[in-house]
Parts: sequence; structure tokens; C-alpha cells
Amino acid sequence: MSAGMSADLSAQLLAAFDAAVAADERVEPRDWMPDEYRATLVRQMAQHAHSEIIGMQPEANWITRAPSLRRKAILMAKVQDEAGHGLYLYSAAETLGTSRDELLDKLHSGRQKYSSIFNYPTLTWADVGAIGWLVDGAAITNQVPICRCSYGPYARAMVRICKEESFHQRQGYELLLALSRGTEAQHAMAQDAVNRWWWPSLMMFGPPDDESAHSAQSMAWRIKRHSNDELRQRFVDIAVPQAESLGLTLPDPDIRWNEERGHHDFGAIDWAEFWDVLKGNGPCNEERINQRRRAHEEGAWVREAAAAYAEKHTGTGREVQA
Amino acid sequence: MNSPDTGIATTTTTPGTDASTAAAALALGDDALILSHRLGEWAGHAPVLEEEVALANIALDLLGQARVLLSMAGDEDELAYLREERSFRNLQLVEQPNGDFAHTIARQLYFSLHQHELYGELAAGDGPFAPLAAKAVKETAYHRDHAEQWTLRLGDGTEESRRRMRTALDGLWKYTGELFRPVEGLGLDQETMTALETRWLAALGGVLERAGLTLPEGSRTGAWAAGAGREGLHTESFGRLLAEMQHLHRSHPGASW
Repeated sequence: MSAGMSADLSAQLLAAFDAAVAADERVEPRDWMPDEYRATLVRQMAQHAHSEIIGMQPEANWITRAPSLRRKAILMAKVQDEAGHGLYLYSAAETLGTSRDELLDKLHSGRQKYSSIFNYPTLTWADVGAIGWLVDGAAITNQVPICRCSYGPYARAMVRICKEESFHQRQGYELLLALSRGTEAQHAMAQDAVNRWWWPSLMMFGPPDDESAHSAQSMAWRIKRHSNDELRQRFVDIAVPQAESLGLTLPDPDIRWNEERGHHDFGAIDWAEFWDVLKGNGPCNEERINQRRRAHEEGAWVREAAAAYAEKHTGTGREVQA
Repeated sequence: MNSPDTGIATTTTTPGTDASTAAAALALGDDALILSHRLGEWAGHAPVLEEEVALANIALDLLGQARVLLSMAGDEDELAYLREERSFRNLQLVEQPNGDFAHTIARQLYFSLHQHELYGELAAGDGPFAPLAAKAVKETAYHRDHAEQWTLRLGDGTEESRRRMRTALDGLWKYTGELFRPVEGLGLDQETMTALETRWLAALGGVLERAGLTLPEGSRTGAWAAGAGREGLHTESFGRLLAEMQHLHRSHPGASW
């Protein structure tokens, strides 16, 4: 609450805000909002934007080795979309009074996080398909409800992003299908990739409900619509029949249909691994952040040149035409 | 047709395409394919997010052009993945390593200015390349603008950016003579190519002047001789580019992806 504001006024504002959110009204940038609501959104949207940017790396790793020109074009377009998603999300976050530079600085210094999934390496071409199918699939399951999030700019960004993401997901599935129906070596490559990406994808939904620090408040504010465990269950229920039609297995012997619950039961997640990766000890944490920092540092002279040029030509708008 | 035991592609043409048209399609297709590949190496490394989008966008346009052109000459994947270094017909300019951002922009400036003029010329004609050129000329107008805008910013930015841009323009200058050698099957004679070169020099000179830079000096004969790339004589980094690009495809002979 801002200092100097009367207790009465702030109570009124808060009550009005709570009522608007409860009525599913959208909060817009110039509306009053609780400081904690603002801070939570900045944190979540920044982490989301950072994930798009860091998430370019594991896939870009295969652009120069894509095995056909069609697949290469699809992959390039996808990585380009991710940069675009990052840009939307940084812009949306900026409506809350932060700046892209400030957020990138927090990413580079490790003060803000990105999705732990991108700390896993892409070891074969099939990983590109597994990321599309499983990682993008999990992301969509998480993100579709955000299209109805209480904060307008975030919700609108997610509408655009989800459309592109679901396209990526179908492409990833189709890539895996081609491998699964291909040669024996291709099938094995696809299976190996699914084996490595399955559990990390389930971890994308975050810690179990009873260990999730921000869940209750985020749900009350309608930033979040469903609990981590609900979304995880929804994802498993969708993925199991998809794996069957792909002709691939999921690396969990405990997966079985539970008639009573109307859901698939599945095995226990290795939460020690999850927390370890989150703390920075995953297979690629260091590489990912180093590459990001290096790109930023090596690009400093380019950004300085653009700024110097803009300054020299301020007033004339663009450079004087010959 | 690809011979599976050797993995070496032999010449094959799409029905209705004569051999000299196929040869020209291969030359232009290889230019687009290889430059697209180089730009693809930037993904995740660009100096600013907007450039991640822009460089990928240009790479995708070029890859699209490459796919159309290579398909005029045969099977796009056989041609991209199963030819060896000596069979590629691209200009030496487009295979040059990315270097720093200024090198990438200088390479793009030289090539986009050329490609824009060339496709303008082809689009105006009624030859087999006219339909492709009509679409590509719109893309290359954007590529050209992008390269020009960055040349202005780097040339007229800071001391450091100016120095780097100068170095890049000078370093790549020797590969520019090859751009204006007639390409067999393209239907543009020496006189037309010379006229393209004159226009290219004028356009380039204009951009460089506005950027506070001057045209580089010195030989433009390439690493071997002007035109060598079109004869399959390339520079050393090119073999490594192909090794990376082709490795997976070659590891699974006959597989579909």
C-alpha cells in the first residue's frame, strides 16, 4: 500500500479491486492494483518471457543439423516465434512499470528464473519433436487458462501465443510420428527422446499443490485458474492416448487408467531432481545462462551504435534521405 | 537420382526443366541455401531480440527461395544433403563465416543489394525464373532495407561500430566480383550483368556515403578467381559448414524425416 494513503481509501480500493477480480473483470495497466498483485505478475510474466528466450537455445541447437529442408524451415520459424513471444511478454510486463532492460539484467544476474525444462540438453534430432509434443504440450496446458487471467495485457498476449504454440505442438507430434514410423534407428531415437523428456515435462507444472508457495494467492487473484496438480493430471490424460497413437511408450510403469477417478494414475515424480535443477544444478543451467550473457555482452557495441545513431539523428526522425 | 550405396547425388532435373535452366537454378538455389544456413547460426546469439526475429526472418525467406530453386533442379533434399563441397555452386561470399554482427551485415548488404537487382531483372523478363523472382524481389527489398539501416547505424554510430563496419566491408570486398559473372542458363548476358554491377556500385556507394563510409578498394577476384564458387571451388570453412549441415541426413541413408 502506498505510504500516505489513508487507511480508509486503501481499504476501499482493495475492496473494489477484489470485487472486480471476483466478477472476472479485467485489470488494465492504469487501474489501481495491490502492490503484491503487481509484483507477482511482474515475477510471473518476466519468468515466462525469460523462458521463451532461453527456450530458443535447446532447439536452435539443431537448426544447422535439421535433416531435411522442410524440417529446417519449420524449426527456424518456431525459434523465431519464440523470440516474438519473448517480445510480447516483455512488452506486457512493461505495462506494470518495469523495463525489458531491467528484466534482462535480472535474468543475466540470476535474480529471476526461467522454466527449469530448458536446462535439459537436446542430444538428438528427436529431442526437437519431444520438445514440441511434450514441452509445448505442457506449456499449452499451463497457458490456455492464462488467456482468462485477470490482468488484461497478459491475457491478451497469451491468446496470441497459445495459437502459435499449439501449431508448434502439432508439428512436434508430427515430427515424432515420422520418426516412429521410420526406420528402426529413427524409432529408437524417438523413444529415447520421449524417455528423457517425459518426467521433466511433468515437472513443468511446478511443485505439488501442498508445496506451492504462490498458488493460493494467485488463484484468488485469478492469475491462475487451476492448481499445479490439476493441470499436471490434465496433461497426463491427454498425453497417454497420444503416446499410444505415436507408437511410443511413456517411461512410467505405473501409468494406468483409474476407472473410479476417471483419470490416469501415474508414478511419483523425482522432486529432488526438480529442486536441484531449479537451484541451478541441472545439466545445462550454466551453459544456458552463459550463452545468454555472452550474446548480450558481445552485442553491447551494436546496441550502443544504434543508440548513438538515434541520438545524432533525433529531430530529423530518420536519417536524411539522399 | 541418388545412388544409395555411394550417397552421391547425380544430376537429375525436374521434367520440363532443361539442363541449363537447372544449372542456373542450382547456382541461385545454393546461394540462398548457404546464406540461410549461416543466418540460422545466429539463432540465440543476436545482439538484441528484435534481431533474433529479423535474422531468422531473412533466413526463412532465403530457405524458401532455395527450396523452390533446388526443386527446379531436382530433389531439394538430395541436392542439399548429398552433394559434396566441389558440387556446390554458391558464391564464395555467402559461405563466409558470420564473424561479428558487422561482418554479417556487410555480407548481407553486398548480397541483398545484388539479389534485389538480379531478381528485379529476372522478374521483368519472361524466362523460367520470372515467377520466383516476382515473389523474391519483395523479400529482397526488405532484406536490403534491413542491411542498409544497420549499415547506417554501425557506420554512423560509435567509433567502435564504425571501425568494425569498415573492417567487415573491407574483408568481404574481394568476394564481390563473383556476383556479376554471367550464370549459365540464367538468360542474362555479360552486358546485362555489367549493367547490374553498375547499379549495384551506385546503390552501395550511396548507402556507404550516408553512413559516412567509402567504397572499399582493392581486388574483387575472390579467394581463387572471380567465378570460382560457381565452379565448385570454395573456401576452407565451407566444408565444415556442409559437414554440420549434412551429418544427420547422411547418417540415415534413405530415411524419411
